[in-house]
Amino acid sequence: MPSVKIPKKSTAVDMTPFVDVAFLILTFFIMATKFKPAEPVEVTTPNSVSTKDIPESDALQVTFDKEGRVFFHIKPEKDISIKLNVIKNLNTTRNLGLTDAEMMNFVKTEAIGVPYSGLKQLLSLPVENQGSLRQPGIPVDSTGGELLFWIRDATSAFAGKSLKYYIKGDNNAKYPTFKGVLNAFKKNDILKFNLITMLEDVPSGTELSAIRGRDKK
Amino acid sequence: MASIDEGGGDSHKKGPGVKKAKKLSTRVDMTPMVDLGFLLITFFIFTTTMSSPTTMDLFMPKDTDKDEEQNKAKESGALTLLLGKNDVIYYYEGQLKEDASNFLTSSFGKIRQVIIDKKKAVIAAHVHDEGCKKIQEKARLGDPTRGIKPDPNWQKACLDKDLVVVIKPDDEATYKNTIDILDEMAINDVKRYAMVDLFPVEKELIKKTEGN
Repeated sequence: MPSVKIPKKSTAVDMTPFVDVAFLILTFFIMATKFKPAEPVEVTTPNSVSTKDIPESDALQVTFDKEGRVFFHIKPEKDISIKLNVIKNLNTTRNLGLTDAEMMNFVKTEAIGVPYSGLKQLLSLPVENQGSLRQPGIPVDSTGGELLFWIRDATSAFAGKSLKYYIKGDNNAKYPTFKGVLNAFKKNDILKFNLITMLEDVPSGTELSAIRGRDKK
Repeated sequence: MASIDEGGGDSHKKGPGVKKAKKLSTRVDMTPMVDLGFLLITFFIFTTTMSSPTTMDLFMPKDTDKDEEQNKAKESGALTLLLGKNDVIYYYEGQLKEDASNFLTSSFGKIRQVIIDKKKAVIAAHVHDEGCKKIQEKARLGDPTRGIKPDPNWQKACLDKDLVVVIKPDDEATYKNTIDILDEMAINDVKRYAMVDLFPVEKELIKKTEGN
């Protein structure tokens, strides 16, 4: 019996196009990725139909999380001396007894979420280890609390520069926290804020969608 | 596999004594490279944040005790929204009645219709007066410094000038609720709205309604 010979076919597949596509996608993601700066608090911001981008400028940001802990950020574009002035000023007016090294540490710290009494403990830690310390949040109440003084000091340090005020809150934060933050700003005669939100589609058939459609034309 | 043409094979014979150079395969095993590529893709997909955050402007009025500086709202054009807990909205039009008969309950899904209806009612009751001309003029010219475009429908700009929405978030309302309702103002093009604290009467009413 002559055996039927089955021709052996190679199982190797040409992978070149596959690799091409894979690296194309890879390149896209590398380009499109913007790394989130490390933040001490996890905050899920609400959505809004507002399409304004966050302007890149000097800013004070107040963040509050779902437990109502309030954090304060100073975001100078490049000039670190402003941040240093803020803490130096605070150190003398509040008798915090900070060392120079601790004040330099403040400049590197992303956000402050402790009352004045806890500031020394926070700043004595190196920046990398600050995450391990649970920050209770800056005290805020209907009269503004300590946040009021943080805002006042920082605003005076920025005197003569245009400054934006960002408020970033968590979806599940309760309204009194937000009100306390607003009060702290209001007491400083700051009445214009930028609330940080995520983009959401405008519901169709509403007045805003009509206006947006008209503006596009 | 990826390969490069290795020449014409055995088409031209070399002379005797000439050693054949050993032909090395140029094929490379690409599997590890593909593995690595996909590993990186996965990493970037997970870490990437596509939507960048946007900002919403909020202008607060200055607190004032002087009566004459306070903004007066016409009763007919006022709509008060009270944000309670568990995403419930209570609302009433005009003044709250003594017997609270106009104190109604709604939700975030339904409140848009309430606002739209109120706006329509205000527009229907509109009376043209002196103050209107200013508003029309403002809308016709726009405000390029603040990025406000001239409104082609400027004649209609003042129809809803009496509409004022008063937003009163309860202590139990979340930040999301507050933003959502501010967003609702933008969506329905409500030009005048204010965020105010609750009156004690309203607090009690909310408590009572929640109890039922």
